[in-house]
Amino acid sequence: MAVELDVFVGNTTIMDEEVYQLWLDGYTVNDAVKVRMEGGVMEECEASADVLLSDTMDQYRTFQMCERLLHSPAKLANQLLFQIPPNRQAILIERYYAFDDAFVREVLGKKLSKGTKKDLDDIGAKTGVTLKSCRRQFDNFKRVFKVVEELKGPLVENIRQHFLLSDKLARDYAAIVFFANNRFETGKRKLQYLTFQDFAFCAGQLINNWTVGAVDNMVEDMDVDLDKEFLQELKELKILITDKDLLDQHKSLVCTALRGKTKAFNEMEANFKNLSRGLINIAAKLTNTKDVRDFFIDLVEKFIEPCRSDRWTAADMKLYLTHYTNSAHILDTFKHQVVWDRYMGVIKSCIFKMYHD
Amino acid sequence: MPGKLKARIVAGRHLPVMDRASDLTDAFVEVKFGNTTFKTDVCPKSLNPQWNSEWFKFEVDDEDLQDEPLQVTVLDHDTYSANDAIGKVYIDIDPLLCSEAASVISGWFPIYDTIHGIRGEINVLVKVELFNDLNRFRQSSCGVKFFCTTSIPRCYRAAMVHGFVEELVVNEDPEYQWIDRIRTPRASNEARQRLISLMSGELQRKIGLKVLEMGGNAVVGYLQCFDLEGESGLVVRAIGTACTLDKLSSGTPASNACNSPSKDGKEPVFGEDLLSSSGPPTPFRALPTSSSSPPPFSPSKPCSRQSSSSDTDLSLTPKTGKNTCDTAVFFYLQEFPFFTLTSFPPGFLVHVGGVVSARSVKLLDRIHNPDEPETRDAWWEEIRQEIKSHAKALGCHAVVGYSESTSICEEVCILSASGTAAILNPRYMLQLGLEADGRWCVLFSRFEEPSPPSCGFCHIPYDELNMPFPAQLTYCYHCRRQKVPDVLFTTIDLPPEAAVTGKGCLIQARLCRLKKKAQGEVNATAISNLLPFMEYELHTQLMNKLKLRSMNALFGLHIQISVGENMLLGLASATGVYLTALPAPGGIQIAGKTPGDLSNEQHILTIQKRINDTIAKNKELYQINPPELTEEVVGSPIPDPRQRSRLFRSHSESSDEVSELDLSHGKKDAFVLEIDDTDAVEDIHSLLTDAPTPTGFYSCNTEVMPGIYNWTSGVQMFTSVRVLRLSNANLTNQGLNKIFTDLCENLLKSFYFKLRSMIPCCLCRLNFTVAVPEEELIQVAVTAVAMTFDKDQTQEKPAEKAITKGCSETEDQLQFPLELCADASSANNQPSSKISGSLQPFSSLDRSSPLPEGRSRSLRSNRSFAGGSVTVVKMTPLSFLPGTRIIKYLGIINMFFIRETSSLREEGGVSGFLHSFIAEVFAMVRAHVAALGGNAVVSYSMKECVFMENPNKNQAQCLINVSGDAVICVRETDQEPIPSMTNIGQTCTSGTDGAT
Repeated sequence: MAVELDVFVGNTTIMDEEVYQLWLDGYTVNDAVKVRMEGGVMEECEASADVLLSDTMDQYRTFQMCERLLHSPAKLANQLLFQIPPNRQAILIERYYAFDDAFVREVLGKKLSKGTKKDLDDIGAKTGVTLKSCRRQFDNFKRVFKVVEELKGPLVENIRQHFLLSDKLARDYAAIVFFANNRFETGKRKLQYLTFQDFAFCAGQLINNWTVGAVDNMVEDMDVDLDKEFLQELKELKILITDKDLLDQHKSLVCTALRGKTKAFNEMEANFKNLSRGLINIAAKLTNTKDVRDFFIDLVEKFIEPCRSDRWTAADMKLYLTHYTNSAHILDTFKHQVVWDRYMGVIKSCIFKMYHD
Repeated sequence: MPGKLKARIVAGRHLPVMDRASDLTDAFVEVKFGNTTFKTDVCPKSLNPQWNSEWFKFEVDDEDLQDEPLQVTVLDHDTYSANDAIGKVYIDIDPLLCSEAASVISGWFPIYDTIHGIRGEINVLVKVELFNDLNRFRQSSCGVKFFCTTSIPRCYRAAMVHGFVEELVVNEDPEYQWIDRIRTPRASNEARQRLISLMSGELQRKIGLKVLEMGGNAVVGYLQCFDLEGESGLVVRAIGTACTLDKLSSGTPASNACNSPSKDGKEPVFGEDLLSSSGPPTPFRALPTSSSSPPPFSPSKPCSRQSSSSDTDLSLTPKTGKNTCDTAVFFYLQEFPFFTLTSFPPGFLVHVGGVVSARSVKLLDRIHNPDEPETRDAWWEEIRQEIKSHAKALGCHAVVGYSESTSICEEVCILSASGTAAILNPRYMLQLGLEADGRWCVLFSRFEEPSPPSCGFCHIPYDELNMPFPAQLTYCYHCRRQKVPDVLFTTIDLPPEAAVTGKGCLIQARLCRLKKKAQGEVNATAISNLLPFMEYELHTQLMNKLKLRSMNALFGLHIQISVGENMLLGLASATGVYLTALPAPGGIQIAGKTPGDLSNEQHILTIQKRINDTIAKNKELYQINPPELTEEVVGSPIPDPRQRSRLFRSHSESSDEVSELDLSHGKKDAFVLEIDDTDAVEDIHSLLTDAPTPTGFYSCNTEVMPGIYNWTSGVQMFTSVRVLRLSNANLTNQGLNKIFTDLCENLLKSFYFKLRSMIPCCLCRLNFTVAVPEEELIQVAVTAVAMTFDKDQTQEKPAEKAITKGCSETEDQLQFPLELCADASSANNQPSSKISGSLQPFSSLDRSSPLPEGRSRSLRSNRSFAGGSVTVVKMTPLSFLPGTRIIKYLGIINMFFIRETSSLREEGGVSGFLHSFIAEVFAMVRAHVAALGGNAVVSYSMKECVFMENPNKNQAQCLINVSGDAVICVRETDQEPIPSMTNIGQTCTSGTDGAT
């Protein structure tokens, strides 16, 4: 006796959120049944394992049929095949596009290509995410990337409108797209301590301040590519470290302001020139694509690590950077105030975010 | 030239990619009606084309308008090779032909291809201009309304019921024509879909003509079926009940015609009326109709009162005077009254005799001349005659809840018909014999008549001294005046006035019988020999299960016998209830054949104990605690062994030789099970293995559950199909029975699990269909609706007790509720309403009156059009949606689809294939309803689901036929606080107790 065929179709599509999650997480039907049994649904309704299996199969089939629609979420709202209440549709989409932080951390900044896709089983093994789920997440990144690539207008807004995602999720995707496009290096051992959310925050800063979109909001790729002109202008900042007078003047201004306000004052004073050189050099090199990729690793190596070894607290860091930025305005001969603010504003908030254990 | 059909193609969306090179499609559309075809321009390189075509105009006969569907084909233009078809939409324009239905069809339709399923959507506009044609020889019947609903539709009033209409048309099945060998599967499927669409159009038109001839304007309870006879052809047949319906003006509440006159109660002037009136129909009379069970009410006084009134009421009707009055009526009837309706206005059914059924086994031969479908006609005529004679034997002159079905395997066909023998109230048949052509008809206009006693329909219609079968009769437990049988089986819904104790439940009898493979005549004979035994066993099972649940009546009984190559499947489904008027059922007694055997005795004792425990548990579960249980002798646990319920059936085989089986002379007692008998062990086993429904669930196969009245708005219609492959070739009957029973039970368990989020909820209209598609396959398809209800109020049917005072006619009785209401309101400190004090009690009582199944709550609400989202289309097999009011019927939905695949594995195997097909069918039904301007389908049913597979070739095919009524319904924006009113009702009635 074998059940040859077994289907259940409701006029309103029945979807169990728990089963949906199991499906998204890449569980096989049998594994999902096991998990559900352990979860205790059976007692809930005097069900047997057979009933659970049949239900799980039905739902998996439904999800598979829906998957095609979820690839372009706007279709879900005006398709006729499944009658799904709008609030349910929103849940389906949001969950489908949700991702594991551990997984995204691994692919962040990588090219969303076939090559990377081949490595997914390794990433899966490393992060404990099933290969099926890895593929879904990777394909989601790629799909969003492809769609927004060709669109004008603000990145986050485009993602939100095309994929009907929540603001938070749309921002995360914007970060992923931004990182993938600029191929930022995030995998080095020194960067391992940073979470996806750290990077997502930095990406937000960069998108809002350093891209073409920060000045002009109607060009293609405006939020994906860094503003070339701005990067060029950053070279001008070099004067802060090449002009001896300026450097000394800057240092004394900062030290005067900091004196007596922090325990780490001596280290700050001693390291000022080094740190300043570090930051300015990063700025000056950003015209090279290669150096853009190393942006985060440079920040860590040239600034965060020295400070950490001198045991600066987060408050010290804040204090130092604030005065470092503001003091430059008082320098008479320093003419690049606008570029300086645009640069330091982002650097400051990125470092604040990244300065933790 | 009486009609102009106009169609406009607006746009498409989500089209499939037809050109791999560009990933786009160059789509255009062909619009075809009859032999005329129009084309749109090609909309190049787009998956969301905007055609915005002109209006394509077809000038056609209205006869064609009725028969033909509008055929919209979407194609991909190809410069060098033939254009590729993307898919089609068939639009039935019948709803546009009736002025009261839809006026325009406009919306997005799924583009359907029989191989690929739904491929995008197309936006179409269709209009019809009809010119008046007074030609009396016309062949069309435009304007006749069709309803699948088996009761008087909600926003109509039945002015007259003309009676039974039937028709069938036959044709060759394109699948079996020689040309099928050379054409593609797609072409073959499309030819079939188109032919069936044409045939059902023609059938509907012909039935319409009959209705017009009778003077009616509508067909209610329209049941259309297909018989795929294979080589021998294709039969489309339909039955229905011809009526003259009057539309209720939008201001008047819906459903008063079919429900109860209780709506009168809301007429503003009734207060004064009431005080002055003692006899004539006044709002007050309404009160009793709605209620049903007598319990805590002190039985003696009101009962006697009521029966006195019922006496006068019934003086015209059978009872003792039956022989004179009714037979006289009978003579006038030229056409025997069959009713496809299953629910009637209160008082319409005077007595119900029991189920009558007939089956006949026929050998199919090729239909030689499609224009002369006489053979099939004759077959059905024969069966109907048999039903008539059974009804007559039960002393009844009508058959209600009538339906017909077939089961076909190769060249053998079982034709079945069943219904419920009944006596109708002659008061509603005053027009009898007066019609010019001598036909009879029923007038519904007199329904303001005093309502009948709630127990009337239970009283036996036949002569006590000349009973058609031995039965144990007792005096009615309700009125104590007339005789009632010990059990009652019917195919109808529970009459609204019926008094029920506790709740009902789904009862199923399941049976498998192996048979030898055979051909032709031999096969037919073997089948007809098996049939009586199957019926007998199904009946015994039903009876035992009924007793086990401590119930005494079955409603909505439907027995399906399905034939396969090497087995017969029997499935009987019904809703069991405890009718207060009938005696309490006895228990089930187990007896051993060899008394004295100690170990055996012990065994019997344990089983007996288990049975008794189950009965006790069931009583609690279904809240069956009838009042005077011990009062009469009837309660004895072992009733007269000869008693049998009334189920009349007969079989005729292909040779037309009729063999009658009178179950009443069965040698075995229905309720004494002999344990030595292996069959009995089996019976007991199956009795006790039926799992009870989980807490929070109820189930029934009738419209609604007796005992549940306060539905909330949660509705989930579903279809489920399961196919089981029997791996073991040498199975026994017992083994098969077990497998089949488990299959049905497991399906139910699955439903309960899937719908657990809806608890408390009731599965209504559970409709099981069984089939044996291949030698070792058993297929069960189920369609039902799960509805949520308010748990806190299910215990009591609010004004339940009021019914005891039923049909109050004397001043005394009129006064009575008056007092009690005043009592209640004062006791209740409920003067909150602004209506004058004298009025208030009535309105509150009225409101609390348990309008049957809560559906008619709409009666007194004045609601606005709910401007919800248009896209949501609710579907239900019931004739209503809880919490809503139907304001317009838009026409019948009758759709037939074929889906075929040659890449079964790629589509997720058989389950994946069927899953998406059913989802597609739902989507297409919803789209058509939405295009008609509707937001719901009521009386939805899946008539046919034929599934065939060939896994070796990676192929499968499925045919589905669905039907229903497209409606517009609006939410009840009822300002009146119904729950609180119900509370008043309850206190009212409890106040009654004190008052009496």
